[in-house]
Amino acid sequence: MQKLGDFKLPHFFNYPPYFTLQPVRETREKQVQLWKELILDYCRTQKIFVIKLEEEFPLFSNSVIERTLSHEAREAFLSALVAEGRAEWLDKGHRSCLILWHRIQDWADIIVNFVKDNGFEDSVMTVEEIRSGIESRGTELHGIDRTILMRALKQLEQKGKLAIFKGTSTDDEGIKFSV
Amino acid sequence: MSNFFSKAEVTSSGRPVFLRNEVECHLLSGVDFEPEDHLQFPPLKSGILILTTHRLLWLPSSSATAPTSASAIPLAAISHIFSSKKSLKSVFHSPRIRFQVLVSPDGRVFDPGSGSDYSSGSGSRSVVVTAVIRGKGDCDGFLVKFCDSWRAKAWESNETSGSGSGSGSGLASGSGAGTGTGGGLYSSDGSVRMVGVAGILRKEQEMWESTDKSLQDAFQDLNALMSKAKEMVTLAEKMRQKLLSGTSSQTSGNNDEDMGSKEEMQDWLLSVGIISPVTKESAGALYHQQLSRQLADFVRTPLERAGGMINLIDAYCLFNRARGTELISPDDMLKACSLWEKFDVPVMLRKFDSGVMVIQNKSHSDEEVFARIKSLATKPEALRNGVSPTDAAMTLGIAPAMAKEHLLTAESKGLLCRDISPDGFRFYINLFPEIDPCNIYFVKDFGICSTWIKAVSTSG
Repeated sequence: MQKLGDFKLPHFFNYPPYFTLQPVRETREKQVQLWKELILDYCRTQKIFVIKLEEEFPLFSNSVIERTLSHEAREAFLSALVAEGRAEWLDKGHRSCLILWHRIQDWADIIVNFVKDNGFEDSVMTVEEIRSGIESRGTELHGIDRTILMRALKQLEQKGKLAIFKGTSTDDEGIKFSV
Repeated sequence: MSNFFSKAEVTSSGRPVFLRNEVECHLLSGVDFEPEDHLQFPPLKSGILILTTHRLLWLPSSSATAPTSASAIPLAAISHIFSSKKSLKSVFHSPRIRFQVLVSPDGRVFDPGSGSDYSSGSGSRSVVVTAVIRGKGDCDGFLVKFCDSWRAKAWESNETSGSGSGSGSGLASGSGAGTGTGGGLYSSDGSVRMVGVAGILRKEQEMWESTDKSLQDAFQDLNALMSKAKEMVTLAEKMRQKLLSGTSSQTSGNNDEDMGSKEEMQDWLLSVGIISPVTKESAGALYHQQLSRQLADFVRTPLERAGGMINLIDAYCLFNRARGTELISPDDMLKACSLWEKFDVPVMLRKFDSGVMVIQNKSHSDEEVFARIKSLATKPEALRNGVSPTDAAMTLGIAPAMAKEHLLTAESKGLLCRDISPDGFRFYINLFPEIDPCNIYFVKDFGICSTWIKAVSTSG
C-alpha cells in the first residue's frame, strides 16, 4: 500500500486519469467526490488547516506515475469542498483555502467537551492556552488553527456559553467560560 | 407486356451504369415518353432524360410511386430526329422532342448489339417516339446536343480495332506486328517489318515515341486533354498491368520498392476513376441531386480503404481530383452530402461533438467500435499505459484523426477517461464507477479495478 508520510493512499491514487480534470459530467462528479474525501482525510490525519494553491501540496502530486493536479483542477476540487461547507476561501483570488475537516459547529462541541472534561466551567483561559496548553495535549484542539478556533469561540459566545475579552497584551485574548 | 425500350442498368444510388467510353452530355427533368403511332408501351411519366454519347436514358424520378425501371434507346437505333417546329400551338404546349426509331419485328427497339442486319427493307419498320419536356430544362440546347451526339456515332469507334483514333492505338500490342510471312526487312505495304531483336527494340522505341507524343498532345491543350482522358485511363491501366506482372516475377527482396510504386499507382488510378463528371451544364437544375448520387457512388471505394469512415475534407479533395476539371465548391459538396438523407444511399454525413464532419457507411455501428475500443483498453499494456489515438488507429484500421473522434465519443459515454500529461493525450478504461466513495480502500475481487491493479503491479 502506497503511503504519503504515514498516510495510507487508496489504490486509485496511481490511476493517471485521477489527476486530469474529467470533462464528462458523470465521471467528473465521481472524481470530485473522491478528491473531496481524500483531501479531508489527509488534512484531518496530518492536522493541516490551510491549503495554498500555488504552493506544493504533497497530496496533489504523485511522483510514481509522474502526474500533478493542474491549478484549474485544484481550484475545482477545493471549490467543491467550499460549496459543501467543508472549506472556505481565505481570499478573493482563491489562492488560500481553509479546510474544515471538522465543521465550526463540531469544533464548538469539542471545545465544550474539553471544558467539561477538565472542569473549566467557570474559569478563565487565554486563547493560546486552549491551543497549546498542557491540557490540550493529546486532544484535537492541540495545534488548532487560530482562525478556526476564534470562529468556534465566537459561535459559542453568541450562544452565551462564554465571553471573549481583550487581555493585557494585544495579541492574546481571554475566554471566560460559563458552560 | 413486352418492353418496348431496352433496359438500362442503374447503380445502388440511382445513377446510370455507363458503357465503355460512354460519356454523359445533357440532362432534362420532368420528361414523359408518350406512345404514338400504334406503339405499345405504358407511358413513362415525369422522369429524368439523360443524353449520352451512346444512348438516350430515361430514369424514373425518386418520387415515382410505380416501380418502373430505367429504360434506354441506343442512338444507333435512331434513324431520324425531327427539328423543333415553332408554331402558335407550340407556344402553349410543353416543348417536345420527336425522333424516329427503328423497331425489330417483335415490336421492340432495335438493339444494335444483337448483330442482326437492319438494312431497311428486310422486314423492320420505324416508329415515331415523342418526349414531352414538362420540366424547366433547356430543351433547345438538349436538342442540339442530341443531334450532335447522334451524328458523332461514338458507338462505332468501339467496333473498329486499331484504326486511327489517334496515337493511343500505338499501345495496342500486336497490331500489325508478329504476322511475319517470310523474310525481308520491309513488308508488302512498305512499312518496316519487325523482326529479330532489332525489331523488338524498334517496336519498343515506336511505342515509347507514340506514348510520348500522346502525352505531349494531351498536355498542350486542356480541351485536348479532356478528349485524351479516355486514352490516359487506358494508358494508366496498361501501366498498372505492367507493374502487377513485374512484381510477381521478382524475388521478395525487391518487394518493398515495388509495393511502394504499386501503391502510388493505385492511388493515382483511384483519382482518375471518373470519366463522366456531372457538371452544372449537363444537369442544370438537378445539379445537386445528380452530384449527390455521383458522390455517393464515388465515395464507396475510399470509404472501404479508410476502414468505413473518412473525413469530409479528405473526401472533398479526392472527389475534386477525380473530376479533374469542373471542380465543385465546398458548398456544393456540403449540399450534395446533405441531400443523401432524401435518397436511399448507403452512406451518410455525420457531425461529431467536436465539430469534425465525416462520411460513414450507414451500416457502420458505433456499438461495434466501442466494443473493440473496450477490448483494446483492457489489455494489460493499455491498463498500464493507456491508449493513444495512434494506438487506436492501428488497432481499428482507421486514420488517427478518426480514431481520436471515436475515443472522445467513447469517453462521453463513460467508457474511457482521459489522461493529459507532458507525454500527451491518452485514454484509460474508466474505473471511477467501480470505486465506492464511502469505502475508498476496498477493492472488489473481481471487476475491472482488480484487473487494473494486477496489471499495474506486475510492471514492478
